[in-house]
Amino acid sequence: MHIQIDEIAKDFGTTTALHPVSLSIPSGALVALLGPSGSGKTTLLRILGGLELRTSGRVMFNGQDATGLLVQERRAGFVFQSYALFRHMTVFENIAYGLRARPRANRPPKAEIERRVLRLLDLIQLPQIAARYPTQLSGGQRQRVALARALAIEPRMLLLDEPFGALDAKVRKELCQGLRNIHDETGLTTVFVTHDQEEGVELADLVVVMSMGRIEQIGKPADIRARPATAFVRDFIRA
Amino acid sequence: MSDVTLPTGPARRPARYRSATAEPPAARLTLIAVAVGGLGLLVGAPLLIVFAEALVGGWAAAVTSLASRDAQSAIRLTLLITAIAVPMNAVFGIAAAWFITKFDFRGKAFLITLIDLPFSISPVVAGLCIVLLFGANSALGSWLGGNGYSIVFAVPGIVLATVFVTFPFVARELIPVMIEQGHAEEEAALTLGASGWRTFRTVTLPNIRWALLYGTLLCTARAMGEFGAVAVVSGKIRGQTATMPITIEMFYNEYLSVAAFSMAALLTGFALLTLMLKTALELRHADALSATRRH
Repeated sequence: MHIQIDEIAKDFGTTTALHPVSLSIPSGALVALLGPSGSGKTTLLRILGGLELRTSGRVMFNGQDATGLLVQERRAGFVFQSYALFRHMTVFENIAYGLRARPRANRPPKAEIERRVLRLLDLIQLPQIAARYPTQLSGGQRQRVALARALAIEPRMLLLDEPFGALDAKVRKELCQGLRNIHDETGLTTVFVTHDQEEGVELADLVVVMSMGRIEQIGKPADIRARPATAFVRDFIRA
Repeated sequence: MSDVTLPTGPARRPARYRSATAEPPAARLTLIAVAVGGLGLLVGAPLLIVFAEALVGGWAAAVTSLASRDAQSAIRLTLLITAIAVPMNAVFGIAAAWFITKFDFRGKAFLITLIDLPFSISPVVAGLCIVLLFGANSALGSWLGGNGYSIVFAVPGIVLATVFVTFPFVARELIPVMIEQGHAEEEAALTLGASGWRTFRTVTLPNIRWALLYGTLLCTARAMGEFGAVAVVSGKIRGQTATMPITIEMFYNEYLSVAAFSMAALLTGFALLTLMLKTALELRHADALSATRRH
């Protein structure tokens, strides 16, 4: 799905989190919002997901105005920074949650839900953990379950907030590759937030460098590296 | 063969090691004695005396005193008040905790202070406030009275007083738990398409259920035992507005020792029952409890 961001701005009281920013994300792209903390990247992601209301501007999905869509109507698969798995539910119940929450008319039958959950567990390469609770999983496993849960609702886009933030280097590398594979398999437009320039540059097709609530540069990883548009981008990429 | 010769002196006594976190025996004994002694003197002994005094004339006398018309009416009234006040406060408490922890707004600190108010105000003062507000001498009270509703010296007044006094219990238990949990899980449920009500039912409520249970049990124990505020608003009408604590006081003042202590023992029994219920539930759901701790 093509995402168009038009002059989106966000104020929290008297502080400005986002100055008007515009960005066009082509359908099927894997985009990194890259920047230090406080650069407004998470705010932008949450506005896309419908978790935060914009102060001004508009968002278009496939050319249609989506600014006023409720979070439930956006069908955005959202992976949270600390994964936000439902701790009182098993992995199976976590992944099935979105399907079970559908209105009766378009809720899949029980057997179909089970089939889909098991298929997603295969996709994240953790077929044996359906009966476990989130507390019984490692950090990397939790992240993959969170991804499967987001994919279960057949989302129109995938939004990830610092998906590899709390993991050690080896697991991070594996999961980066895993996300790349899942993205290539599903063809979903994917936006992820990161403060780690290496991660952003390695994984993404398109990198959006942000600072102080403004977009500093948009471009392919190689271009940004070769021709940083501002002194900030140069310092941040080289850091 | 090794060239090294091991020393072959008389075997040395191995040094006695103590775990780094263990206290010397004397300190341990003193601490245990203070804890057990204090608990026994302040909690155990009064509890035993209540039951001993109740049974001083044998089981038959205690049961007979509890079967009297006034005693029966008091027991029924206390159970009724508790059955009304506790669900009300559970709902109020959840709503208040939800409001305070999930939203940011001006005057939040003031609202939290307001919730704590019943803890700091003397129950007698609270009772007097209700009398002043709803009594026959107030505009509201005389209007209500004119329409056939009596609040003060009647069951509604006792419910109001009990609700006021026990208001903080549920909210106070829930607020720290809900603050610690944040809203990420609720947000996740919303992005997965769940409605607000479904999110509350399937995510929020299961996450706070132990705090809610604990708060509700404390609230129940306190609601059954409330004396000060109820004493003011009830008018202490025997057989009509006298709750168990009020009746205990009346019996005691009339030197009906067995009746007073039998009723006291029963009230204590109710309180112990709520505590045992809590413990039993915790034991039974130990697995679920550990699984839902923060990861």
